Amino acid sequence: MNFTQTDDRRMISDSLRRYLADQYPVEHRIKIAYDAPFHDPSKWGALAELGILGALVSEEQGGFGGEGFDIAVVFEEFGRTLCPEPMLGNLMGVRLYAAFGQQDKVDAIIAGTARTALAVFEAEAFTELDEIGATAAKSGDSWTISGHKSLVYGAQAADTLLVAARTPAGKIGLFEVEASAADLHSYAMIDGGGAAEAGFDKTAAVCLSEDAAAEIDAALDAGRLALCAEAVGAMDVLKAITTDYLMQRQQFGRPIATFQALQHRLVDLSIEIEQARSIVIHAAGALDTPGRALAVAKAKNLIGRAGKLVGEEAVQMHGGIGMTWEYAGSHYAKRLIMIDAQLGDTEDQLRRVMELMAA
Amino acid sequence: MDLNFTPDEEAFRAEVRSFLKDNLSEELATKVRNGVELGKADLEGWHATLQTRSWLAVTWPKEYGGPGWNAVQRHIFDEECCMANAPRIIPFGLGMLGPVLIKFGTDKQKADILPRILDGSDWWCQGYSEPGAGSDLASLKTRAIREGDDYIINGQKTWTTLGQFADKIFCLVRTSTEGKRQEGISFVLVDIKTPGIEVRPIKLIEGGYEVNEVFFTDVRVPVSNLVGVENEGWTIAKFLLTHERTGIAGVGASTQALAELKALARKLKRRGKPLIEDPLFAARIAEAEIDLEALRMTNLRVLVDASGGAASNTIASMLKIKGTVIRQNLNDLSRRALGPAAAPFPAEALIGNLAIAPPEAAASAESYFNNRKLSIFGGSNEIQRNIIAKDLFGV
Repeated sequence: MNFTQTDDRRMISDSLRRYLADQYPVEHRIKIAYDAPFHDPSKWGALAELGILGALVSEEQGGFGGEGFDIAVVFEEFGRTLCPEPMLGNLMGVRLYAAFGQQDKVDAIIAGTARTALAVFEAEAFTELDEIGATAAKSGDSWTISGHKSLVYGAQAADTLLVAARTPAGKIGLFEVEASAADLHSYAMIDGGGAAEAGFDKTAAVCLSEDAAAEIDAALDAGRLALCAEAVGAMDVLKAITTDYLMQRQQFGRPIATFQALQHRLVDLSIEIEQARSIVIHAAGALDTPGRALAVAKAKNLIGRAGKLVGEEAVQMHGGIGMTWEYAGSHYAKRLIMIDAQLGDTEDQLRRVMELMAA
Repeated sequence: MDLNFTPDEEAFRAEVRSFLKDNLSEELATKVRNGVELGKADLEGWHATLQTRSWLAVTWPKEYGGPGWNAVQRHIFDEECCMANAPRIIPFGLGMLGPVLIKFGTDKQKADILPRILDGSDWWCQGYSEPGAGSDLASLKTRAIREGDDYIINGQKTWTTLGQFADKIFCLVRTSTEGKRQEGISFVLVDIKTPGIEVRPIKLIEGGYEVNEVFFTDVRVPVSNLVGVENEGWTIAKFLLTHERTGIAGVGASTQALAELKALARKLKRRGKPLIEDPLFAARIAEAEIDLEALRMTNLRVLVDASGGAASNTIASMLKIKGTVIRQNLNDLSRRALGPAAAPFPAEALIGNLAIAPPEAAASAESYFNNRKLSIFGGSNEIQRNIIAKDLFGV
């Protein structure tokens, strides 16, 4: 067994860490993450040049990575700076384009010249593909789709949307729509970054597959793994911020870090963060195996619990300053607490684990 | 043992309920229910409505214009107001300064100030915490130096809630650096429009503006604005911390939050069924309800035992810790009930056909993040534990 990252991954992680630390200092991040377009479009080309998008796709499909550990390395760095770039949607989207042999689309995304987003879930259908209400209709050789997709992460920054819709045969198909053809209403999320509601009314679409449920599930699991890794990066930084603050903040004539009541709580956080790191490694290693769904569900459940604990405890141990918008720590706490709601929360993942256990 | 309210108490509850039905507008109640940040006019309007019945200064004796209620009546009033989605009563003048003046003020201070609190002429805010003095309040540094008949104040206060609306601020200031730190503190009343005062808003984690920094540069305040004895302000601060602590459990607010949560869980659908039929989520609601049931009974035990509502330090601290944790948990569950639909920011980013959360729940994430303050302000839950431990171990 060997827990060391390969040289290639270490290079990606080092260069991405330097780039993000330089380009997304926390004041800049806070400024861009809550106002349209909810990210900094001027940086996308540079991220592509660093090889970040290629790292999300396998070599046979035109990238130079694509394994669970490649995804984890990239998103952990994103978590460290709370980078609001719409990478999640592009991760899931580029893997679906690759799964269905859309090589020119894959190449364009890797090159940073096109962006996409994945539109699967709907209001009150946030977890299960078989609850999808959007429909696809075929007339001659051409398809149209109708329906409403919710919380499409990164849609405001996408050229195309990949939309899951029910086909006349009753299957979940995958369709490509020009983002400009959809009725998009974008907004910030409370933890930063953008998403959109997307309406379709007999909107012209290209069918990538008339039966894509398995591939969509795989892409969603890659997205869940990415969120988990992002959370670990954010937890590491929030722990460091909190440790520094406790050592520097003086009350009752001494640093509050000298109070055992607080020391033990920070120790408990550290234990949970190591658990979080480990479960993400487990899930990353299982991404391309039959154990994928179970491993990812376990990871996302644990991350949801750990993220909430770390976020809430960090705010509490800071006191008032942790409640302020100007303080970096509050934004890390928000991200860690809200990340749970994306792509199925702790309860949803627990249910998946229970079902897979019983199966 | 008799766990029933007396017929008189039940009659009182009915009277409060009927007053709220007749006097709380649907529009205002909806704002409160939906978690909309209330403006000064809304809050002052509601204060004035309550004052038509002398129900505003709930802890004041009748002779000063209060209702003269006992602790149980105050509890019933709070519960009914919360359940009806009435705006909260802003406590700084009514719940804090008023009782301080009634106990420590001169006759002139009482005559000058109390009526102006009741009729809304003066909005008071609180100048306690400083950047370097939070949990360790006695380390406060804002300095008041006597010069003839005036104090000259220099320093900074922070976390001043709704200071942006205030006409006046009551402050703890250092008037002496001799002896123990607690012995050089005085309680002083300041007109916030005095030259040399600057109020700067602080943006909070959820994006709202509720608290402020207040800067004092050579601010001249007449010595007659001192309350009580110079250098004995710590006694007043301690009185305020223990006065009327029985409301601290927030049972009314949590009861309302639980009712909203259940209604929400019946309304939202997950996997084709109402969320409340999801065993995992329903179990969490049930646990919250069990905790609140016990807290309600603890609170009532204290109310009935406490003479005039002055609970012991230990029990007040217990109520604060448990009450805030229960309320934060209920806020958390409302946020989680929405799943990803809690994320759009600000809450009104999606309205009408685009809304993906019921209007009364759309601000759930904002309320959840804002209410992380509950376990921090008014003496953090860590400080409350210190108070209990001190009692427990007799140190």
